[in-house]
Amino acid sequence: MLEAAGALRAGELSSEELTRACLSRIQALDGQVHAFLHVAEDLALEQAQAADRRLAAWRRAGTEPPSLLAGIPLAVKDVLCLQGAPATCGSRILEGFRPPYTATSVQRLLDAGAVTLGKTNTDEFAMGSSTENSAYGVTHNPWNLERVPGGSSGGSAAAVAARMCFAALGTDTGGSVRQPASFCGATGLKTSYGRVSRYGLIAYGSSLDTVGALARSAADLAPLFSQMAGHDPLDSTSVQDPVSPIDLNGVGLSGLRLGVPREYFIEGLQPAVESAVRQAVAQLETLGAVVREVSLPHTDLALPVYYVIAPAEASANLARYDGMRYGPRHGPGQYPEDFFVTRGDLFGPEVKRRIMLGTYALSAGYYEAYYGQAQKVRTLIKSDFEAAFDLVDLIACPVAPTTAFAIGQHGDDPLAMYLEDVFTLPANLAGIPGISLPAGFDSDGLPIGLQLMAPHLAEDRLFRAAHAYQQATAWHTEVPPL
Amino acid sequence: MALNIETVRRIARLARLRLTPEEEQRYASQLSAVLDYAARLQQVDTSGISPTASVLGLPAPLRPDDIRPSPSRDQILANAPQPEGGMFRVPRVLEGEP
Repeated sequence: MLEAAGALRAGELSSEELTRACLSRIQALDGQVHAFLHVAEDLALEQAQAADRRLAAWRRAGTEPPSLLAGIPLAVKDVLCLQGAPATCGSRILEGFRPPYTATSVQRLLDAGAVTLGKTNTDEFAMGSSTENSAYGVTHNPWNLERVPGGSSGGSAAAVAARMCFAALGTDTGGSVRQPASFCGATGLKTSYGRVSRYGLIAYGSSLDTVGALARSAADLAPLFSQMAGHDPLDSTSVQDPVSPIDLNGVGLSGLRLGVPREYFIEGLQPAVESAVRQAVAQLETLGAVVREVSLPHTDLALPVYYVIAPAEASANLARYDGMRYGPRHGPGQYPEDFFVTRGDLFGPEVKRRIMLGTYALSAGYYEAYYGQAQKVRTLIKSDFEAAFDLVDLIACPVAPTTAFAIGQHGDDPLAMYLEDVFTLPANLAGIPGISLPAGFDSDGLPIGLQLMAPHLAEDRLFRAAHAYQQATAWHTEVPPL
Repeated sequence: MALNIETVRRIARLARLRLTPEEEQRYASQLSAVLDYAARLQQVDTSGISPTASVLGLPAPLRPDDIRPSPSRDQILANAPQPEGGMFRVPRVLEGEP
C-alpha cells in the first residue's frame, strides 16, 4: 500500500486507475471467492476522482501533503455503516437496509481521501469464526477455495489476501480480525477497546466490540490505525487518551521483553502451528527480544466467560430487530406475532442460539450464577494480563489452534466452532490490543499466524515488533495462487 | 445441564423468537452443551472479586443539553417497511377504542 501511496503522490498512477484495477480484479475473482456482498462501483469511482483532484491540487500548490491513504482503495466489513451503500451484517433481517449515516471509523478514512470499494461478507451480526454463518453465502479462502477464510471478518481477510483491495476494515469481538487474518495470510490488528469509535458499528457485544483492520503488512496498517483512532464524542466508550504516534523506524527490539504464555500451548494445537509460532518467537529473539515464559492462569475460563457475556449483550443489542422501523417485516400484521415471525424467519440459527443463551443467562434466577459470575471471572482474566505485563512488554502466542478448516467441517456443532476462538477471546475480555502476523505455512500450504498482544493503548509496541519481524521475514509477502 | 423443551419455549418467548418444533429440539440440545461448558464458571472462587462491566471503568461522560443536528424524518423513514403519513405504521398494540 505504501508503494501505491508513493506512486499516487508522484503522479505516476491515478487513484481512478488503481480503483478500476481493484474493481476488475473483484469482477474476475469474486465469483469464486465471494468476499464482497456489495461492490460500490459508482461511489468508489467518484471518491477516486475526488482523491485525484486533491492529489493534483497538492502537487501544484505543494503545501501540506494529503494523507498516505488518499486515493487508496479499501473494503469495509458489512457491520459498519457507510452512507450510500447497504449494511446487512450478513443477515436477512437487515436486507435492503441503507444506513442514513457513516460510521466514524469509516468517515475518518474517507476524510483522508480513501476509496471504499464495497462491503465485505461477515458471519451474521459478527457471530462466528468462519463466515459460514452469513445468510448470503460463505466466503472462500483464496489459499484453498474449499477452506474457510475464518470469521467473522472473513470477507475482509479474503479480499486483502486476493489483492482485491489494499486494506479492509474489520471488527474483532472475540477474534474476528485476528483469526481470519491468520487463516488468510494477512496482517490483522485488533485495537484496544475504546481506541477506535464504535459509532456506526452495528453492535454485537458492546463491552467487547472493536473496530480493526487487515492489510498485507503492519506498515500498511499503521496509517489506517492512526487515521481511525482517537476520541469520538459520539461514542461514550471512546477513550480521551491521545493516540500514540506509530514510529516504524524507531529503535529495534533490543531489550523488548517478550512473554510466552504456557497455557496457550495445549493439546489440540496443530503441530505446524506450534512449530511456526515457536520459530517466530526465536526469530524475535535474534532481533533482540528477551524471551521468557509467563503464566495467564485463567486462560481456560475465557471461553465460558465469553460465551455467557457476549450472547447476553447480543440478546439486548439485537432486541431492536423487530421489523417495525427497518428491514423486512414478516407476520400476519398483528402484535406481538409480527415480532416473533420476523425474528424467527429472518435471524439465522447461530444468531438465534446466541440470543437464547444470552436471554437465559440474564433471566431471573440465573443472572447471578451465569452473567454475574462471568463478569467476576472476566476481572480475573484481565488481572492475569496486568500481572504478566508487569514482567514483559508484549505477549507472543498462536492466533488459532489450527489453520483454515474445510467449509462445513464443524457442521452443526456450535461448541466445536467456539473452541476455535480460545486464543483470541482473552484479549477482548481484557480490552487489550493484539495483532496477527503471517508466520509460516502448514504442509497443505495454509497460512499460520503469530499473535502479539500488548497492554491497553500500547498499539505502538505491537507495530514496532510486527514491523521488525516483517522486515526480517517474508511470510507476509507470499500471495495465494489465485 | 439439559434444557427441557419448556425452558427453551420460555426463553424463545422472552426473546420474541418463533421456533419450529425441530428448532426447539435442536437448540435444546445445543444450548445444553454450551451451558454445561459454561457451568465450569461455578467452580471458580470469586469471593471478593468485583465484576467487570466495562474494561475501561470510566464514568458515563456528560455533555450540555444542546440541540445538535439529527437525521431528517425522511432519512429515518427511508428504511421503514410500512411508512405512512410521516410515521411508522405498526400493528395495533392496545385493545379497545382510543
